[in-house]
Amino acid sequence: MSYSGGPILLSSQREGQVSRFSAWVMLAVPLAAILFQVYVPLFFQFLSFLEMPLLVVVYFALMRRSQVGGLLVGAVVGLAQDSLSKNPLGMLGIVNTLVGYFAASVGLRLDVDHPLIRLLLTFFFFLFHQFFYWLMVRALLGQPLAFEVQRTLVLGLLNAVVGISLFHFLDRLRKAS
Amino acid sequence: MESFFNRYRSITVLLLVILAQLVLVAVQVKNDQDVRMIRIWTVTAVTPVARIVEALRGGSLGLIRNYVLLRDAHQENLMLQAEVDRLKMENNYLKNELNMADRAKALAVFQSHTPSRTVAATVIGTGAGTNSKMVLVDRGTVSGVERGMAVVTPDGIVGKVITAYPMASAVLLITDPDFAAGVISQKGGVRGTLKGQGTPTCKVDYVPFEEKIEPGEWLYTSGDDRIFPRGFPVGVVKVVRSAQPFKEILVDPSGMARGLEDVLILVGGVHQAIPDTPPVNQPIFIGSPPADTPKPPENSGNSPPAAPAGTEADKLRAQYKDIGEAQGHKFGEGTPGSKPPDFNLKLPGPGGTPAVGQGPGAGDRGPGAGGTTVVQTPGAAPPASKPAVPPGGATQR
Repeated sequence: MSYSGGPILLSSQREGQVSRFSAWVMLAVPLAAILFQVYVPLFFQFLSFLEMPLLVVVYFALMRRSQVGGLLVGAVVGLAQDSLSKNPLGMLGIVNTLVGYFAASVGLRLDVDHPLIRLLLTFFFFLFHQFFYWLMVRALLGQPLAFEVQRTLVLGLLNAVVGISLFHFLDRLRKAS
Repeated sequence: MESFFNRYRSITVLLLVILAQLVLVAVQVKNDQDVRMIRIWTVTAVTPVARIVEALRGGSLGLIRNYVLLRDAHQENLMLQAEVDRLKMENNYLKNELNMADRAKALAVFQSHTPSRTVAATVIGTGAGTNSKMVLVDRGTVSGVERGMAVVTPDGIVGKVITAYPMASAVLLITDPDFAAGVISQKGGVRGTLKGQGTPTCKVDYVPFEEKIEPGEWLYTSGDDRIFPRGFPVGVVKVVRSAQPFKEILVDPSGMARGLEDVLILVGGVHQAIPDTPPVNQPIFIGSPPADTPKPPENSGNSPPAAPAGTEADKLRAQYKDIGEAQGHKFGEGTPGSKPPDFNLKLPGPGGTPAVGQGPGAGDRGPGAGGTTVVQTPGAAPPASKPAVPPGGATQR
C-alpha cells in the first residue's frame, strides 16, 4: 500500500474512501484488542501502557467514516472493557463512544490513510480518552484520580507509534473496494 | 420530522447512546450517603418541575380563594372592624386606668413626704365661661376644705380654693387673671407676685428692674401671701424683659404641666425651705445600703431638736428663745432698764458643734442647721425643720 502524496484535508466527503470490513473482522479485532488489554499485561508488564481497545476504536471510526458506526463501535468496546474492569458499566463506554464519534467526524474531513494524520489523531484521541476518563471519574464517581500530564503525553506518543503499526496491519484486513 | 432526524441522526444517536450509558452508570454508582446517582439525578430533575407545578397549583388556589370566593369578606370585614373599635376603646380605658393609677401613686408619695396636711381631690368639672380658669373638685367642707386653701400637685401649685361647698370646692387656677401669689426665685431670692393672665403662662409683677433673675430659673412660693406655704414649686421663668420700674417676667407654671385631674388641697400648710436644686421629675433610684454599714445612732435627745418650721421670723424667734433660756431670761418679764440677755452668746451644740447662727450652714437653708447633719440627695431639698421633698424628688413615678 502506497501512501498518497495528495492533500491532507479533503475538499468533500466524496473524496474520502470508505473502508469496509468483514463481519468477523469487526468482531474479532475488538475482541482480540480487549483480550490483549486483559491478558498480555499479566505476562508482559511493560505492555500495560498500550490501549489496544482505544486504538481499534479509533481505527474503525476513522476508516469507516461513519459517525454512528464509530460511536457504536466505541460504545460496545467501552462497555466490554467496563464489564471486565472494576469500573461501573458505562464509564469507558461513554468515553469510547465519544472517541468513536469524534474520530469518525474527523475522518470525514481528513485523509486518514496518511501516516502523519494517523499519528496525530491517535495521539490526540489518546489524550482525549485519558482526560475525559479522568473527568468522569472525578465528576461521576467523586474519586480523586490524578491526571499526570507528562506521563500521559509520553504514553500518548507511544500509543500513537504503536497505533501506526497496528493500523497498517489492520489495513490489510479491509475489503477490497 | 423525519428529515430533521435524518439531518441530525448522528448526533441524536450519540446523545441517546451517551444518555443510556449515563443511566447505566447512575444505576450502579452511589454517593457518599449510599444513594444511587440515578435516584439523585431523578429527584434533582423532578423537583424543579414539581415545584413549578405546586406553585401553579397554589397560585391558582390562592387566586380562587382570594379573588373569586369573596362572598363573606364584606361581612367579615364589618365584624372585624367592630372588634377593632371595641379593642381600641378598651385600650383607651386601660390606658386611662393606668394613668390614673400613676397619678394616684404620685399623689400618695407626695402626701407621705410633704410636711403639710393635704386632702386629695379629683377635678370633677370646670367653671362656666370661656375666660374662667376655675375648676370644681370633689372635696368640700366635709373633708376640712376651707376657702383660701392652697391647691397643689406634686409638680407645683395649681390654685386656691375660692368657694368651699359641703361636698365640693371651686378652685381658682393660677392662670386666672384674678389669681395672685407671692413667689421667690430659687437662685437670687428675688421676690415678686405671680399673676394669671388667662393664658397658659403667668406673669410675675413687682420685681424691681435691678434685681437679677434669668430665664430658666425656678420660682417657688414665698409664703408671703399666707395662702401658699413657702417652698412649693411654681414654675420656670420663661421670659425676662427689662422695663421700668419693674421687670416683665413670664412664667411657665409647672403644676398643670401634666394635666389637671387629681390635686391636693393643703388643709394644714407647713412652710418649707427653698430647695437648692430645681425639682426633678425624673425618678431617682436609691439602692439599699450594704449590710455591713453601721446604722447611724438614733436621736436620743442629745442632738438638738429640729429647727423650727416656719418662716425666717419663726426661726429667729426660736433662736432668741433658746439664748434667753440658756441665760435664765424670761422674755416679757424684764423691766425697762434691766439687763437684756446676751444675744451674741454662742450656744454649744452637741459634740462641740457651732452654735445656732454661728457655724457653717447657719440659717434655715444651710446644711447642718441646728447641729444636725443631713445627707442631701440630688434633687432633694436641703434640710430645714424637716427635709422638704420637692415634687418628684427621690420618688419613683
